Amino acid sequence: MSRIAATFERLKSEGRKALIPFVTAGDPRPDVTLPLMHALVEQGANIIELGMPFSDPMADGPAIQRANERALANGMSLRKTLDIVAEFRKTNQDTPVVLMGYLNPVEWMGYETFVKAAHEAGVDGLLMVDMPPEEGGGIVDYAKAVGLDLIYLVTPTTTNERFEIICKRSTGWIYYVSLKGITGANTLNVDEVAERMRWIEQHTDIPVCVGFGIRDGETAARVASVCSGVIVGSVLVNAIEKLESESAIEISSQVSKLLGDMRTAMDRA
Amino acid sequence: MTTITEDYHAHPDATGHFGPYGGRFASETLMDALDELSAMYTKLKDDPDFRQQFDKDLAHYVGRPSPLYLAERLTKNWGGADIYLKREDLNHTGAHKINNTIGQALLAKYSGKPRVIAETGAGQHGVATATVAARLGLKCVVYMGAEDVERQKLNVYRMRLLGAEVVSVTSGSRTLKDAMNEAMRDWVTNVDDTYYIIGTVAGPHPYPTLVRDFNSIIGREARRQILEQTGELPDALVACVGGGSNAIGLFWEFLNDKGVEIYGVEAGGHGLDGDDHAAPLSKGRPGVLHGNRTYIMANDDGQISATHSVSAGLDYPGVGPEHAWLKDSNRAKYVAITDDEALDAFRELTRTEGIMPALESAHAVAYAKKLAKQLGKGKRIIVNLSGRGDKDVHTVAALDGLSI
Ligand SMILES: Cc1ncc(COP(=O)(O)O)c(C=O)c1O
Repeated sequence: MSRIAATFERLKSEGRKALIPFVTAGDPRPDVTLPLMHALVEQGANIIELGMPFSDPMADGPAIQRANERALANGMSLRKTLDIVAEFRKTNQDTPVVLMGYLNPVEWMGYETFVKAAHEAGVDGLLMVDMPPEEGGGIVDYAKAVGLDLIYLVTPTTTNERFEIICKRSTGWIYYVSLKGITGANTLNVDEVAERMRWIEQHTDIPVCVGFGIRDGETAARVASVCSGVIVGSVLVNAIEKLESESAIEISSQVSKLLGDMRTAMDRA
Repeated sequence: MTTITEDYHAHPDATGHFGPYGGRFASETLMDALDELSAMYTKLKDDPDFRQQFDKDLAHYVGRPSPLYLAERLTKNWGGADIYLKREDLNHTGAHKINNTIGQALLAKYSGKPRVIAETGAGQHGVATATVAARLGLKCVVYMGAEDVERQKLNVYRMRLLGAEVVSVTSGSRTLKDAMNEAMRDWVTNVDDTYYIIGTVAGPHPYPTLVRDFNSIIGREARRQILEQTGELPDALVACVGGGSNAIGLFWEFLNDKGVEIYGVEAGGHGLDGDDHAAPLSKGRPGVLHGNRTYIMANDDGQISATHSVSAGLDYPGVGPEHAWLKDSNRAKYVAITDDEALDAFRELTRTEGIMPALESAHAVAYAKKLAKQLGKGKRIIVNLSGRGDKDVHTVAALDGLSI
């Protein structure tokens, strides 16, 4: 069983929901990411979503745009992102790592080379923001061959027909984007999400996790109650920005504490 | 022996691919809107009412057909092939960009969405969008890189006079690619009530196709005009390539005329040896940017490069996917002209013919000068004069050390 499937299975048996932090690899500096990943796990992260920095993050709001800019300015690259995952795996063999990003750096490296390198580094899944299932043909066979999950997005504008296609192509989990907009938007409507989730869960057995707009323990707990897990991004990235000039240890401890508060709220609910 | 001849009009396929290029590499939130747009366009493009309305607007609002002008004095000075200028600079608002915005404004109207957005580099597409929005009473927001806002002040003020909101984009390299990122972000957020008028043959399917179709009027007219004036097809076509809309607009009608050579001219900036240019077809590789697969400029890690050109409208690290396809299939050749060569051509055309070209178009003129000598007397070259130079007077004056 894949690390991702095992994680959801275990959480289900414990009656808990997945808490999935998103941070951009190399933000604000490459040396921060590894200790930050370990600290996030200590504070209750079940899966880590690691952003592969890109110069033109079209689906992201200002906070994550700046995170990408900081990481790139400090020498981050796709290769170095994979190196960090490989380091992380040396001491953590249980927590799944999913890479999230935009297609061009991956195309540039070549699908076959990338998938092989990602698998060897210990990456479990891949979520490409600008690769809908229709355009995933170039990577799917390589991913299948090594058991790398391909996670696709579903949004409030996804039609039922598209939803069926996406379910067929998705492995690992489905990422439900809670709102029409970019990361960092502030318009999450929990009731709307709950209603949509009821429909979605009737149509698929794959775990569905919800991201975009989750800001604090309360929203995390409320959203988690209607799905399999939540993804938390901009809140953490905003905190990293504020702590930019602090040491790696300090950033890791403060940012992961924010996640810990959400964990507590979710487990209490 | 049978010869298999490629039908260059058979692209893209149903999913928007030109060979390996094009496609729809977009956020999931936009996929349904793109499907709807494709369906609407497929229906309307052959609808007689829609066609009639488009043709009527082009005739009475834009002022088409634009002339095909034999530049005799320039031809004589250059001592080579006859130079015919396709005068898109004479269109309402001063460039070919209006052909596309007229068409897309009609699509916006049919879609019932009350708000349009656009990205712009030189500001010509922004002005053309603000113009059609004013005419149809649509709310209009134009995204423009902060650097372009600075170097194209005249167009910024024109857009504001037309009632558009101009948003200065300060992320990334602060030019056209960043404006396009920001427009995409707006569209993802406001997809229910907003129509995105993309300004060139880039973006996710169906944009490269519909922008091409609306601009293909340029080549349809030019082909008819040259046949009327000379009884023969031209020997070569030359157009500048930013995203590639004026170029494909001229080329499309001639693609299956095998004897016609086709040249797309990219921005060579300070020269192709260094990094300061905007010539993805000449120096880039295939990748994915802004919703399609095409040639792009990026560093070893696949991060998109900051580009340079003296002309804001060519200052873009990608190019329309159909040009990528035409390059690989060898139907068109892509070359580059430096800033200095373009500026020389700007001055030469102005002094010789009394026609002041946009700096973008001046790249095509500069290449035509080289080609005219190669082809020699008696041959015919059509150069797409995609826009007029009023917007660039400020930039040229600054290079002359004047502030006006
Ligand atoms: C006059 C003119 N020509 C050419 C271009 C480049 O665009 P495209 O390559 O899409 O024709 C622009 C863009 O702003 C322009 O204003």
